[in-house]
Parts: sequence; structure tokens; C-alpha cells
Amino acid sequence: MLPEFGNFSLILALCLALLQAIMPLWGSYNGKSAWMQLARPLAIGQFTFVLLAYLILTISFINNDFSVLYVAEHSNTSLPLIYRICAVWGAHEGSLLLWILILGIWTVAVCKFSRKLPLEVLARVLSVLGLVSVGFLLFCIATSNPFMRIMGELPLNGADLNPVLQDPGLIGHPPMLYMGYVGFSVAFAFAITALLSGKLDAAWARWSKPWTLVAWMFLTLGITLGSWWAYRELGWGGWWFWDPVENASFMPWLVGTALLHSLIAAEQRNTFKSWTVLLAIFTFSLSLIGTFLVRSGVLNSVHSFATDPQRGLYILIFLCIVIGSALSLYAWRASTLRVTTQFELVSRETFLLINNVLLVVAAATILLGTLYPLAIDALGLGKLSVGPPYFNIVFGTLMLPLLFFMAMAPFTRWKITEAKKLLSSLWLVLLISILLAIILPYIITQQLNGAVIIGLSLAFWIILATLKSVVDKASSFPRRRESSRSQIAMVIAHLGMAVTIIGITLSLSYEIQQDLRMAPGDVATIAGYEFTFINEQDAKGPNYDAVILSIAVSKQGKMLEMLYPEKRVYRASGITMTDAAIAANPWRDLYVSLGDPLDNNAWAMRLYYKPFVRWIWGGAFLMILGGLIALTDRRYRVK
Amino acid sequence: MSKIIITGVLLLMSLNSFADNIAKAKYTFANPQQAQLFNNLLPNLRCLVCQNESLADSNAPLAEDLRKEVYQQVLAGKSQAEIISYLTNRYGEFILFKPPVESKTYILWFLPFLLIIIGITFVGIIARKHKNQKVTLNNQQRQLAENLLREVK
Amino acid sequence: MNPKKITITILPLIFFIILALLFWRGLSLNPHQLPSALIGKAIPKFSLTTLSGNTITQENLQGKVFLLNVWASWCLTCRVEHAELMQISESKQVLIYGLNYKDQLDTANNWLQTFGNPYTAVIYDPKGTLALNLGVYGVPETYLIDQQGIIRYKIVGEIKAKDWDNTLLPLIKKLRKES
Repeated sequence: MLPEFGNFSLILALCLALLQAIMPLWGSYNGKSAWMQLARPLAIGQFTFVLLAYLILTISFINNDFSVLYVAEHSNTSLPLIYRICAVWGAHEGSLLLWILILGIWTVAVCKFSRKLPLEVLARVLSVLGLVSVGFLLFCIATSNPFMRIMGELPLNGADLNPVLQDPGLIGHPPMLYMGYVGFSVAFAFAITALLSGKLDAAWARWSKPWTLVAWMFLTLGITLGSWWAYRELGWGGWWFWDPVENASFMPWLVGTALLHSLIAAEQRNTFKSWTVLLAIFTFSLSLIGTFLVRSGVLNSVHSFATDPQRGLYILIFLCIVIGSALSLYAWRASTLRVTTQFELVSRETFLLINNVLLVVAAATILLGTLYPLAIDALGLGKLSVGPPYFNIVFGTLMLPLLFFMAMAPFTRWKITEAKKLLSSLWLVLLISILLAIILPYIITQQLNGAVIIGLSLAFWIILATLKSVVDKASSFPRRRESSRSQIAMVIAHLGMAVTIIGITLSLSYEIQQDLRMAPGDVATIAGYEFTFINEQDAKGPNYDAVILSIAVSKQGKMLEMLYPEKRVYRASGITMTDAAIAANPWRDLYVSLGDPLDNNAWAMRLYYKPFVRWIWGGAFLMILGGLIALTDRRYRVK
Repeated sequence: MSKIIITGVLLLMSLNSFADNIAKAKYTFANPQQAQLFNNLLPNLRCLVCQNESLADSNAPLAEDLRKEVYQQVLAGKSQAEIISYLTNRYGEFILFKPPVESKTYILWFLPFLLIIIGITFVGIIARKHKNQKVTLNNQQRQLAENLLREVK
Repeated sequence: MNPKKITITILPLIFFIILALLFWRGLSLNPHQLPSALIGKAIPKFSLTTLSGNTITQENLQGKVFLLNVWASWCLTCRVEHAELMQISESKQVLIYGLNYKDQLDTANNWLQTFGNPYTAVIYDPKGTLALNLGVYGVPETYLIDQQGIIRYKIVGEIKAKDWDNTLLPLIKKLRKES
């Protein structure tokens, strides 16, 4: 009975979403205040029924209700409770419901934090969000319903959740990622509203900014968690693969970052408004395109959900309606805007433009690389792979100028910046950065490495220049309270970027990997650390059988810690998984991953020494912290 | 428990001479250049079974076969170009993670840089459009302006 | 509406339309399937034994159009495909040779005895050396080879009735007419 209530709840949500999409919008054109007032209750009502449906699905998982097809396909009685709860979003239908739920959460948030918005604006924003909800709810109910029942004989037990997903990463990564993806729908809705009303003013930018910031923070967090999860779980020591689905999350992040920066100019200088609106449309469009790419089977990805061209067609139609309308509206309305502000060639405005161009071209490049195999195939020119080497080379090159300009950003002024003064105060900092980048690694490794010098130069350049800007400001005139929060936020976020660059540069350049055959008693030495294979033991987990190896890690004879890499066989599915063991500290990771068992009790193993790899994610957390601080700036309260 | 393990470890370490029990590398080569060639090639070759893993990482049986094949060829002294050619003759260009630079991939490799150039030009054009127009008056206009300002006062 | 400006502001829309067309086309393609790199090339030279112990080389296969079906006893899909292969074999419209991939001699022979043998002969390739030279990356796969020993077509995955009716049989007839 319960699953049927879930289905019914979804249908009710769809009805309310339809009303939410139509009535307030219509009301805003006819001046019918009553209809516009309906926006909030309709949105909250829709969310309530979506939440109900979601909870019912979760309960079905918790109670092992295998009469529900989705539960039977992705769960098992021996699956630990936490994973039964998270399995809801482990595959297509359930994760789609999560998407809809999170859209509902954002919609309700807009309802709550919008007291200062004119009713007309609120009505239109909620209607646009309602339209998106309608599309997804319709898609879910019609083609991907999680409440489908099994007809006929019920299975005794479920097929179990894919063992790769049975990891703490599943708890955080998808929800945070979706909070980000979906969150950009709010900026999108504000952009559409602005285009509809023809009013593109600083107020619009001020309303959009906090929503964009929060969405951006969640997306950063989601991507970071995904990278860290892959690193721990997959056993190859890699943290980014330029997989199409990863790219689908990175592109909105890049354009979202551009949007965030552009909103600054739009709000403070009343400029670039048309461009900012376009960025807002692009960012959410990339989220939607990402949804299409992941669920349609059009691309070759390890992350894709089980695919079905019919579902793909549905999403494509939805995409065309939403993005097509948005871009048509833009083409029409934006053409009437004129240039109103003035600024010089060297100014903060220009630097922001450069930031935007580089970020958008970077995103376009990733789109190009991701879709190129498809394009070549569609043209009948054969099958091609565009893998990490391409992205590393091209994206890496594009990042260099971005990082270079980023360091100078705090020194630019609106409207005009004296180029000579800029250069004279900074050339020494640049020189010091380059020298440090050459000397420091040389002292430790006795070698010169081009990639390291470039990466560290840019990172140090950003750090030193940004810190100099703080020192300059503190020593010049009395700090103005209002702007200091944003300045702190920028400093921390930019420093975070530099930290991530250091992590990437050093871990990639100095990591050591060895594939070895180790028998009990054998010792392997990497980067001054000794790994001694002690013994192996059998163990039983809640839903798997494991062989656990004990590896002692020591440095120059001094014992550091024990590592316990495992090989697990999950009973329900029979799938074998390898669980890597990591000895981590801020300066380096030591990583052991098992291969296959060999003769004479020996094992094939892969050992890694990865210096500074934690800095990659540490830097990302600094960026998120920067965002958080920016949020607390009193100017951006939109209550 | 950990004390027992540590004691055991120390005992084991003292009983074994390191020279005898050094873990053996899975693939051994005649010289470092061969090792480097092997280690550079594998991550850039796509596994055809687990298509989102490289030959370096994949556990698929075919990947193991191909690794052995590449290993044999490296030992036999074949060059990178020869090994790549051997594989693409059998599996097509799909097996290469780095797309070759040829006529059908010119757009792939060069469009990003073209876009940057277009973008920077765009920035220049926009900056010019937004530039502060300094207006200079001739004598007659200046006189007119001063008269008007005197009237206002 | 400013006509000059709209030529610029309409660019994103145009770009999106092209993208949507690409996606639409992509829905009917399969990104996992690899076409053979050997179409138009000769079958690689080999010297192996058959499941019955006789020596066999590429010369033994010349002179007639035939199908080369890559299979193994451990491959579940091959069992599904088997019925179709038996039908093709009984219709006597084309010869079918088998390439037994990374299997055991006894297990392979037993499998054929149990389920039936549609093959004129089966090449025993326990190490997969011929398969590697053919660019085999999964089982089952089937190659269509002409009288001169040139590879003309490859089917990845099991042969379904419609593959036979719509693709293989017409191609076989065409090849025979050409010679």
C-alpha cells in the first residue's frame, strides 16, 4: 500500500507544480495579486508531497520491501542500514527523486528568504522553478517511477547495492552535488524573471548573488567529496579522471565561478548585466545538459546510470523546451540593452572580463573534449577517445593565464587602475614567487622540474600577492567594516585555489607508484618508507567476506603505522572489491592497494607515495570557507 | 593487540635480511628507459572492456593480455610509435586516450586556443566601447559653457 | 529590438540548437561499440590446431565466404547466440568457423557435444593470440570474411535474427555475386 501512496503523492506534487508554474506567472501579467500570492503555498505544498514520496521510498528501503522493483534491484537484507538509506539515490529512479526533492528544498528556501522581494518578482521566480519541477516530475512519473511494483513472484532477497557504492562517500557526495547542480536553478529563475520584466538592474544582481554563492559552495563540496571518494575507493590512487560525468559537474562549476565574479560587477558597478544573465542561463543549462549526458547513454562513462534511449529522448525534449526558451528570450530581450557604464582598459572590470572569458573557454573546452567522440561518431568518422592526456594538456594550459591574472585582482580598482603603479608594486612579488618555486623544490629533490616550477610559481604568486593586498589595506586607511568581510572571503578563497594548485603540482610531479609481488616477510621501499608484508587474515563483514593483509609502514626502521588493505567478496552479488589502505598526513599519503593473489601466499600489490595530495581537497575547503564568509557580509542578507 | 603486532613486526624485520626479502617488481626491464616507456604507455591506452579505465589500472583479462603484449614489445626494443601502431592496427584509434593530431582532430586541439584569441579580442572591443570619452571643447564651445554656468550661479 | 545586436545575442541559441541535434543523433548511437579496425584487411596469418587436433592456418579458410564466430564455453551470451548459429548452419547458406577463445580443450568439446556444433571447424586459441591480432575485445564476436580472406564485416555481441536477415545474408549474397 505504501508505495502506491508514494506514487500518488508524486502525482499530487505534479498537479501542484503545474499550478505553481502557471498561476503566479499569469497573475504577474494580469496584475492578479491573489494568484501571485498563491505562489508560496503552492510551492510549499508541492515540496510537502515530494518529501512524502521520498520518505516513503526510504522507508521501503529500510523495511526491505522487495515488492518495489527499485528496492529489489538495489538493496539486500544484509545491506547495512546506513547504505539502505543511501541506496535510495544509488541508481537512476531514486536519484531523480532526490533531484526533485532538492529542487523542492531550494524552492521552499526561496519562499522563506524572500520577504524583501516585490511580489511580482517572487511570483515569476517561483513559476520558473515550478516549470522545472513539472518537467522532472513528469519525467519521473512517466518513465522512471521508483514505485513500480514487481508483478508475480517476489524475490526472496534483493540484488544488493553495487559494492562500489557501499562506501561513506555515497552518504555525502550525491546530495551535496545535487544541492549545487540544482541550486543554480534559482539564479536561472532570477535571470529569466529579469528578462521577462525587462528590468536588469543592480537589485536583481543583489538578489541573485547569495543564492548563487550557496549553490556554488555546495557544488564545490560535492565535487571535492566525489574526488576524495574516488581516490579512496577505486584503488588507482587517482582523484580526477576527466570522465564525462565528472566533466558534467565541472563545467557548471567553472561557469558558476564566472557567474559569481560577474555578479560582483553587475551589483557594484551596474555593468555586464546582459552577460551575467547569459552566464546564469548557461550555468543551469550545463546542469541540465549534465543530467542528460549521465542518464541517456550517449556518452561512455563509468558513472552513467542504466540507460534507455527513450528516457534520453524525454530529457532532450525537456532540455530543448527549457534552454531553448531561455536562450530565445535572451536573444530577444538582451538585444535591447545598451552600454551605460564606462571603464578603462586596465581596471577591475576588464580583469573580471578576462576571468569570465578564461573560465567560459575552459568550460567550452571541456564540453568540446567530452562531446568530440560523439560528434566524430555522428559524422560517421569512426570511434575516437578523448581522455585525460587531452584534458590535462589543454585545460592545464588555459588555467595558467587565469591563475596569473587572479593574483593581481585584489590590486585592481573599479573604472581605472594605474597600470604602471600596478606593475611597479607587483613585479618584485612575481620575481620572489618564481625564485622560491625554483629554489625550494631544488633544495629537497636536487632536481629542476619544469611543471613544478610553473605550478609553484603561480601558486606562490597568488599567495604572496594576495597577502600583500591584505597588508597594504591594513596599513593604508582605517578599514571600512562593510567591505572587509568580502575582502577576507576573497583572500581565503583565492588562497584556497593556490593551495589546491600546490597539491596538484606536487602530488602529480613527485608521486611514486610501484607494482610489486610481495610475499609474507617481503619489504618494499618507496621514498624512504618501508612497507613490510606481515600476514593475511580472513574476516567476515556484515555483507561480505574479506581477506585482510597487514602491512607495517616504517621510516628508516622506525615504526609508523599498520595498514590493512582488503579484498572483499560481497555475498549477495558475488562481486569482488578491493579496499585500499591509506596512511595519511598533511604532507603525504602512503597508499596500498591489492591486486590478485599469486602463488606461494604472495600478492600483487600497488604501492603509492603521494606527497601533498591532501592539499588538493584542503584548498577546496578553503574556497568553501571563503564562500561562507562572503555570505555573512551584511550587504547580502536577503531576508 | 597492537603491541603484539609491533613486536611481531620488529621480530620479523630483525630476522629477515632486507636484501633477501625485497619485494619483486611485477615487470622488470633491461634499462630505465624501457621502464619509463612502459609506464608512460599504459596509462594512455584505453581498456576496451572496462572502457573508462586505462591499461595501467584495469583488472579485465583482456587488459592483462594487452599489458603482457606491451611488456613483451618493450623488452624486444620496440619504439613507442611501433607499439602504438601495433595496437591501433588491431583496435583502432579508440584505444588511445590521447587523440592523435590529424585532420579530424584539428578542431579538437586548436579550437580552445582560437576561442581564447576570440575571447581576448572580445574583451578588447568591449573595453574600447566602455572607454571614458574625453571630450575637448573648442574656444566657442568653452565660451558657451562658461556663459551657461554663470547663468546658473 | 536592435537588429545588429540580435545577431550576437542569438548566437547562444544557435549553438544550443546544434548541440541538441548532436544529442538527438547520439541517442541512436552506441558509444561502447567498437567497429573493427580490420575491415578491408586480410585475416591475420596464424597456425593453430582445431578442437579435434588438426593443424589449421589461414590458407585452409580461403576460397569461400564464411563467418568466423568467436566464442567460449564460459561465455553466457554465447549460449544465447547458439540457437541462431545452429539455424544459420542448418540453412547451409554460409560456412561457420569457430574461434574458441581462452578456453579449455575438454570443456569446449563437451560444450559443443551438449549443445550442438554449428561449426565446420573450430580454431583452438587458448592464449588468445589470433584473437588479439583480430582485435577481439569481448565474446561473442563474429567476422564475415570473403573468398580472398578479407574481413568485410564484424558483429560485436550476439547475432540476432535481424542481424542475419538484414545485414549478414544480403552482404554474403553480394560478395558471392562479385566473385
